[in-house]
Amino acid sequence: MDQNSESGDVRTGVATYVVDAAVAAILLAIGLTVTITSWKLGAGWTSDGPGSGYFPFGIGVLICISSIGTLVQALFGKEKNTEVFVDGEQFGRVLKVFVPSVIYVGAIEVVGVYVASAVFIAVFMMWLGKFSPVKSIIAALAVNVVFFLMFEVWFQVPLYKGILDPLAFLGY
Amino acid sequence: MDEINSLFHGFAVILTPMNFLLMIIGITLGVLIGVLPGLGGANGVAILLPLTFSMSPTSAIIMLSCLYWGALFGGAITSVLFNIPGEPWSVATTFDGYPMAQKGQAGAALTAAFTSSFVGAFIAVVMITFMAPLVAKFALRFGAPEFFAVYLLTFCSFVGMGKGAPMKILASMALGFALACVGMDTVTGQLRLTFGIEEFMRGFDFLIAVIGLFGIGEILLSMEEGLAFSGKSAKIDPKVVLQTWKLLPKFWVTSLRSALVGIWMGITPGGATPASFMSYGLAKKMSKNGAKFGTGEIEGVVAPETAAHAAGTAALLPMLALGIPGSPTAAVLLGGLLIWGLQPGPLLFTEQHDFVWGLIASMYLGNLVGLLVVLTTVPLFASILRIPFSIIAPVIIVICGIGAYTVGNVMFDVWLMLVFGIVGYAFKKLDYPLAPMVLALVLGRNAEDAFRQAMLSSQGDVSIMFSNGLVGTITTLALLLLLWPLISKIIAKVRPPKTDEFAAERPVD
Repeated sequence: MDQNSESGDVRTGVATYVVDAAVAAILLAIGLTVTITSWKLGAGWTSDGPGSGYFPFGIGVLICISSIGTLVQALFGKEKNTEVFVDGEQFGRVLKVFVPSVIYVGAIEVVGVYVASAVFIAVFMMWLGKFSPVKSIIAALAVNVVFFLMFEVWFQVPLYKGILDPLAFLGY
Repeated sequence: MDEINSLFHGFAVILTPMNFLLMIIGITLGVLIGVLPGLGGANGVAILLPLTFSMSPTSAIIMLSCLYWGALFGGAITSVLFNIPGEPWSVATTFDGYPMAQKGQAGAALTAAFTSSFVGAFIAVVMITFMAPLVAKFALRFGAPEFFAVYLLTFCSFVGMGKGAPMKILASMALGFALACVGMDTVTGQLRLTFGIEEFMRGFDFLIAVIGLFGIGEILLSMEEGLAFSGKSAKIDPKVVLQTWKLLPKFWVTSLRSALVGIWMGITPGGATPASFMSYGLAKKMSKNGAKFGTGEIEGVVAPETAAHAAGTAALLPMLALGIPGSPTAAVLLGGLLIWGLQPGPLLFTEQHDFVWGLIASMYLGNLVGLLVVLTTVPLFASILRIPFSIIAPVIIVICGIGAYTVGNVMFDVWLMLVFGIVGYAFKKLDYPLAPMVLALVLGRNAEDAFRQAMLSSQGDVSIMFSNGLVGTITTLALLLLLWPLISKIIAKVRPPKTDEFAAERPVD
């Protein structure tokens, strides 16, 4: 992360216009990909009407135009937004939710929705909320029992049980 | 009067104990969703949609539309008591709502907010009752070019009326269209933009996008801000309600004006948020007490709430009559129609008589029930906000995850939801509007079909968009809106505009 020393701001981090330009560049890449693949697919007129790539091609071009516009505005615009996009502390807080969420989704693959959710809620409460383990576990179990009743029993919508299926003994 | 007859028929359809129960469940969950950060009308409906697969379409739409009313009501609670708008459209409510709460008039502010919400919705529903059948009848004459012109108008009006950089609105919209193209092309059977990835063959379900963009994205944003709720407590006793109700008729001009602004902004996909700001601004300009706005004027609560709720309700008119939703939540409801096996569009009124009039009747009843529910349960919902964020956040993430999974019973969707979460977070921070993207994702296929059919019938000649008066007018209007950012710049050069004093507070949505 670059130091934003000129402004004398205590918050450090990447300036907003840099992120703005980066996102616009990603969009431009997506736009180019869409345009090229649609072109290959047949963006022209076939014997029985417009080809498959006809509409996406136009959309791809639209993405390219708009992202180039944003890119130019972000980098060479009159008022560059040099405000810090996100400072270290804020980014840390975002990661504190996002990283556990990724692990949580990974855990669903293995042990299923209910077990993963219970552990996720309990750990989250203990770690970030500084709740006592007993309180956290009771809350996590309560929430998941409600979900279980709601989905499996009342609405009969089965949720993912994971590769290991640790709740197989319940018969659902 | 045909409409009145049909309406009574609709009441007969919905007045069963089961439907009434669903209505109350919907309202209560809706208020809860409106109050909680990270859950809003659009993704709340998206998450609950899979639960309604086994219900009859009429019961399902009653529950989900009531959820929507509940969310509209719920947004006001956090605005008034906590100075935190639960939904983008209740930002304007904080201007006078929170100062009133600080002065100890939280009860009066909430009563005013709820009652004007109800009034706004009621006026909008009356409008829908009489206008929607006419619009549908008119739209029966539409061919493919006309429908594409209406789609064009829908999307161009985002550019013309939205706040924020036009290029970003355009980019967000085009990205939605591109995502909608992924998967099998229904006309030629070719696979498009799948890059050989098996999971992409099914295409991107917009429900996943809604849950990720609005749900996960919002949680990440709230976490970044390090939300700690500290708010005023509120009890609404019947005396305060009656006193406030006695005051409200005085503001009938404001109410009526706000409702009309809301209806207009709701039908055109401007949405509830700009409607609430516009009507707050108008009320401030036109009211005798305009100068005191912002210090806790009851009229400053009435105006935005009436408009927001009227807009939210009116957004269902184009969805019902044309099959083109006016807001992200209406878009999700439209997705529901498809899942329940109903074909949205002008034929809905003739072919699904029970469904359409059941829905319209439930709008009347749902809003009345909603008003009673929120007036009696405010303390309960206010206390929910005192639950620490470290409990609410994981529970909401779990709910989003479950919601994403149940859409198609595939784990890939849950991963996709996380990706959309990051996109939502980045886009929100960079002022990319999310609504155009969601609407493009929902309507992409239909818009493309309409475009292709139009092009087919004209053998690729674009001038078919101007082939008759009707389609020509709509197309011209659409192009005008698309170019509006440029036109307004030129006008500004000629005549310097008055500055919009609320521009900074208004969120991009």
